[in-house]
Amino acid sequence: MNWSFIPSHISDIWQYTRDTAQLGVLSALFGLVISLPLGIAAARWRWFYPPALTVVNVLYAIPAIALFIVLIPSLGLTDTNVTVALTLYSLCVIFPNVVAGLHAVPDSVRQSATAMGYGALRRLVQVELPLAVPVIIAGLRVAMVSSISLSSIGQLIGVYSLGYYFIDGYQRAFPTEIYIGLVLIIALAVICDLVLVGVRRVLTPWMARS
Amino acid sequence: MSYFSYAWGWVTQRVNWHGSGDIPQQVLAHLGYAGVSLLIAAVIAIPAGVAVGHTGRGAVFVVNLANAWRAIPTLGLLVLLAVELTFSPLSWLVPLVVLAIPPILVNAYEGVAGVDPGVRDAANGAGMTAWQQVTRVEVPIALPLILVGLRTAAIFVVATATIVAYIGFGGVGRFIFDGLAQYNFSPVAGGALVLMVLAVLVLVFFAVLARLVVPAGLRKQRRSE
Repeated sequence: MNWSFIPSHISDIWQYTRDTAQLGVLSALFGLVISLPLGIAAARWRWFYPPALTVVNVLYAIPAIALFIVLIPSLGLTDTNVTVALTLYSLCVIFPNVVAGLHAVPDSVRQSATAMGYGALRRLVQVELPLAVPVIIAGLRVAMVSSISLSSIGQLIGVYSLGYYFIDGYQRAFPTEIYIGLVLIIALAVICDLVLVGVRRVLTPWMARS
Repeated sequence: MSYFSYAWGWVTQRVNWHGSGDIPQQVLAHLGYAGVSLLIAAVIAIPAGVAVGHTGRGAVFVVNLANAWRAIPTLGLLVLLAVELTFSPLSWLVPLVVLAIPPILVNAYEGVAGVDPGVRDAANGAGMTAWQQVTRVEVPIALPLILVGLRTAAIFVVATATIVAYIGFGGVGRFIFDGLAQYNFSPVAGGALVLMVLAVLVLVFFAVLARLVVPAGLRKQRRSE
């Protein structure tokens, strides 16, 4: 470990960390935004769920590097390419959780809301989705941590992130860079995970603080 | 040209199916890396997961491990070992095993821990020893989840075996990294297509395996639920 590398490259390190955060966090959030309407649709029209789940399982099995490559002719070697691919993976993780979260809302709760005069849309937004929040956020946590970690693979097609330190550290046989990349990616993933735990606590004040 | 015309053009070229380093050879090498790693991971993780599920000891550790492992960037682990160990087979074996263990371990644990306590009592009451309870009751009931863990791990190692080529080994990644280095998109596209086919085959393999090894009674029960 060559510690003097860190102060002399601190601005690069910061830049690559921001790139990684942007790729990982944006992809997970886009995945959430797409999963919500899809999950609501699949929870409502049950015939839609099994075929959608099959598509999602197959998509999730495709290696990241293959997915990046498939997108090259249309999106090039850009961070849009990596973001789209990671969004698709996030979708695969979050979508089943949205459906599971909505299915887990007890019928009695749904009927009470209806009896109180809630229409279908208001019941969904004010009763069902809030109750599904813990399951949805559990999915979002997995998606975000995986996206942050997987974004480094994008470096293999030239999309900059902390993955740069893996490639450069390998080519120069310089482990210091590889350790920096590993530590910062894991730290970033842990921080984002903790933030999401905090968000869940704020959104579900009725739950035990565990 | 679209992606698939590149990929299809390359995959259907006869020259890529003959000679050293052709598609069948690299696919075999790829499945070799993935298979060996999966086997070692299973031998370690299934007994460990079953033991934790049966005794309940170490459950907190297992659950936290499941959350933490996703944060490990595979590429980083791989290049680190490549630099530290130089050209040793351990530099692909260790990362692949490390990545395959958590899903197998966690699913084996959850499968066994989730066995209905009533069923456990019944097995106990019928006079089964602890060993018989584990092997004849708990593991068969946990089998669907154990298979899910193995499937997740298999998908992961098949995907990750691709980047093993980046540190100079073989496998389907060879086509991708050589193509990228030569600015030749055809083998890159073709290699990605081969990978996608492998991924789908893994899913099919485990779907068939689940039908073959999960006890018929359990399958019937699940369908009626």
